Amino acid sequence: MKKYLSLLVLLGALAFVAMTLLPAKNPGAYDVNAFGRLPVLANGRIKPFDTIARSSLLQFQGRQSVTRPDGHRITPSEWLLDVTFHSDLANEYQTFEITHPDLLALFGLAAEDGAGGKRFSFSQLGPKLNELERQARLAEPVESAQRTTFQRAVLQLYENLIHYQRLRNALVAPNREDFLGDLIKMQDKLPAGIAAVHAKQAGQKFDEAAVASMTEMGEQFMVMSESTNLLVIPADNGEVTGWKTTGNALLETFQRGNVPPDALAYAGLARAWRLGQPDKFNELLRLFRASLATRYSPQLAKSDAEARFNSIAPFYSSMTLYAFAFFLAVISWLVWPDTLGRSAFWLTLIAWVLATAGIAARMWLEGRPPVTNLYSSALFVGWVAVAFCLGLEYFYRNAVGSVAAGVIGFATLIIGHYLSLSGDTLEMMRAVLDSNFWLATHVVTVTAGYGATAVAGFLALIYVFRGLFTRSLDKATADALARMVYGIICFATLFSFVGTVLGGIWADQSWGRFWGWDPKENGALIIVLWNAIILHARWGGMIKQRGLMSLAIFGNVVTAWSWFGVNMLGVGLHSYGFTESAFFWLVLFVTSQLVAIAIANLPLAKWRSFQANA
Amino acid sequence: MNDALRQFRDFFVSLKLTVVLLVLGMLLVFAATLDQVNLGIWAVQEKYFRSFLVMWRAGDITVPVFPGGYLVGGLLLFNLVGAHIDRFKFSLRKSGIFLTHIGLIMLLVGELLTGLWQQDYNLRLTEGETKNYAESYRFNEVAITDTTDPKFDDVVALPESVIARGETIQHAKLPFKVVIKAYYPNAALMMRGADTGPSLATTGIGQRIAAAPQPMTYKADERNNPAAYLELVAPEGTIGTWMTAVSSEMVPQHFDYAGHSWKITFRAERVYKPFALTLLKFSHDRYVGTEIPKNFSSRLRLTTPDGRDDREVLIYMNNPLRYAGLTFYQASYEGEQTTVLQVVRNPSWQIPYLACALMTLGLVIQFCIHLASFIGKRRAAVVTK
Repeated sequence: MKKYLSLLVLLGALAFVAMTLLPAKNPGAYDVNAFGRLPVLANGRIKPFDTIARSSLLQFQGRQSVTRPDGHRITPSEWLLDVTFHSDLANEYQTFEITHPDLLALFGLAAEDGAGGKRFSFSQLGPKLNELERQARLAEPVESAQRTTFQRAVLQLYENLIHYQRLRNALVAPNREDFLGDLIKMQDKLPAGIAAVHAKQAGQKFDEAAVASMTEMGEQFMVMSESTNLLVIPADNGEVTGWKTTGNALLETFQRGNVPPDALAYAGLARAWRLGQPDKFNELLRLFRASLATRYSPQLAKSDAEARFNSIAPFYSSMTLYAFAFFLAVISWLVWPDTLGRSAFWLTLIAWVLATAGIAARMWLEGRPPVTNLYSSALFVGWVAVAFCLGLEYFYRNAVGSVAAGVIGFATLIIGHYLSLSGDTLEMMRAVLDSNFWLATHVVTVTAGYGATAVAGFLALIYVFRGLFTRSLDKATADALARMVYGIICFATLFSFVGTVLGGIWADQSWGRFWGWDPKENGALIIVLWNAIILHARWGGMIKQRGLMSLAIFGNVVTAWSWFGVNMLGVGLHSYGFTESAFFWLVLFVTSQLVAIAIANLPLAKWRSFQANA
Repeated sequence: MNDALRQFRDFFVSLKLTVVLLVLGMLLVFAATLDQVNLGIWAVQEKYFRSFLVMWRAGDITVPVFPGGYLVGGLLLFNLVGAHIDRFKFSLRKSGIFLTHIGLIMLLVGELLTGLWQQDYNLRLTEGETKNYAESYRFNEVAITDTTDPKFDDVVALPESVIARGETIQHAKLPFKVVIKAYYPNAALMMRGADTGPSLATTGIGQRIAAAPQPMTYKADERNNPAAYLELVAPEGTIGTWMTAVSSEMVPQHFDYAGHSWKITFRAERVYKPFALTLLKFSHDRYVGTEIPKNFSSRLRLTTPDGRDDREVLIYMNNPLRYAGLTFYQASYEGEQTTVLQVVRNPSWQIPYLACALMTLGLVIQFCIHLASFIGKRRAAVVTK
């Protein structure tokens, strides 16, 4: 049994991964997935509705799942269908997270009124929207660093509600019972209506009813076009620049002389969805896709792939596997070191390959090097760190690498999850960052330096905890750990130095100065300095094994500061991705590392491993 | 060599000192990063890096609290060079470390030179406009110009630092003295009213508009707008007192004295160049359907008075123009037709390249030596097993 355990673990993990690769099934008779794959141009790039649905939900409530009031769970795409096509239903779904007590008080709500004690529906918020808007106007002029938590909560919710409005107005007029019927009626009367409007403008006799109905529809379209920014109606010519909002496309009806067919298609889908006609819905969807395929075949393929990527969610599976690998590896220090150690190594390897595939898929979708924003830096730091750990494990086979990989892999993906709550993570690059060459060289090396420094820090933590609290740290393991930490710090020095230098060259190329003492530059410099300090202190014999470990643990603090801390200052050229609650976690993390350093310096008599050996 | 001297030498070349200096450097960088929130990037550079001691102001007295960039960097340089002379024996095994340290020495020297020589200017151009000067970001000057001859202007520029001293200025080219009645390092302009009190100005715009002192700003995206009340005094008596201020709303004020026409203005310090730039077209692309900037670019015509250069150049993000020892890069914009270029003069710009190439090479060599010996040891270990 023991013999086959690692094989069993390997097969189990592979089966788990294979399951996630299966195409998602439709939840009911409607081809919801095909709708989710339809392309839309938002935030500067073409993406599937599925991405819009998922990132909107993450932004509103920190999770992707939605439960209808009847207790039925629906997919993000189903939710989006309800929001856009049947918003009186969606208004009842509790999808807006509010945790600030003062903000709850503003709405006259108690935590118990919400799902899970914190999620509320649009209808619940409805009566006090004017008050929210007033508070948002008061908070807006305050500089973001100076805002109180209440002001931040107000603005966050206000932004979310505006986003919700944009979704509601994206495809059809939300307040109309039968938008398709209205459009068809308009189409029939269009020639007469346009003639009447021309007659009125020319000061001749005109048909008042016809003019009134045209004006009424025109106003409706105007409202729609002003209430959304999602470009959902593709251009007729296959160009990416000509995409329009539904409202704007419909406004062109009066010049074109007919209602744009793509807008009609969405109105048709809306009717089928509202009236419960899955067959009509699916047929219409098929026809619409076929018409899109004639003009936008490559874009369709890409947005299909992205929707598939979303449903596979490789980083979540990877996170699960890292957690399992961690536990197996820790247990391997107690029993069955070979079998469990090997199992842990396999799990780590599969998790890492999965993360690699995920990062590669993102690179292909975005057409960019791996690190483009804070979210992708979290993925990449984890990836690099685990790669180092896998290398160590391959050489040393003592499960230390797997434990470190488990912790760092899991932690970085969790960080990534929280960073993804601010919206779509495949963002367009601002002008100054728009350089694939430098993104691929400077950003990647610097991030690899973060990863290496973090590995050294976590290895040191393992040393301290195993040595202090268990008897398992024998001399051979201790020495091996010290060599690993030293080797990794050498790597870290090399990467962070080269990365920092490349950053300097980029700065000189684009801004005419090599070094500007910008916070992020300083952050990178501090990592280089710290690694240099560790190396020189060791060469000078100023520190021994435990000193090396203490300094390496402090490397975690330095990395955390450079990676996240400097972004929180909100100054400088690199101050992107300010994260709110992140500050609390940063402080907590730094404190924990300082505590670890303190206990690392407890007298040797207190270390269980060294007592045992003495 | 006597003992004291030897101890002194040993201290200065010791690895301990290296570590202490690196720690001090790290703390300095950390503190400087934090202080950017209060002081802004320029003031921080002056206070922390381009200084021997970091001073801290407690009430009226300033006390040194920490070694500054010049001191830490200088000692590190000294320590490094000393260590190499004193005890570092060159060997192939240590060739990487040697190269790295040589590179580091160059980097430190290069940063010192940059600190001494680098200058930053602004060049703001609206489409169709031509300029043959750049303006300083942070420094201002009072320019008093004799405009009598229509063919050329005779300018006397008094730097703000001179105005700030408050002493009366006598200049060989000016037939009058300049008396500083008041000077505010940052001021806001407002219409005079009943509540602003009597004006110091006896002539010009200052009779209608008052300059009210404001707290200094240190933010990277704001600048201080100084103002001054200047009295011009001729041998036979006062000519008048002008209010003058750095502001986009202020225009030069004209007056006549001793048969000459003059104008006086307080403006960003200008540096004239032996060539001119004309903005032909400024473009600002955004991603479809968003306000996210995709690219800014400025198409310019570069001309020199001698006609040797007359060509079109394109400056855009990550693609600056290097010309006549200056680097022009796309820094910002105002509206849809005005570009803001940053102009940097840094004669020592190549040093960091060379230094970093050496250091990178050194680290890679050293790293490979270590890796090779590590793998060799592993192999040996496996064989003996």
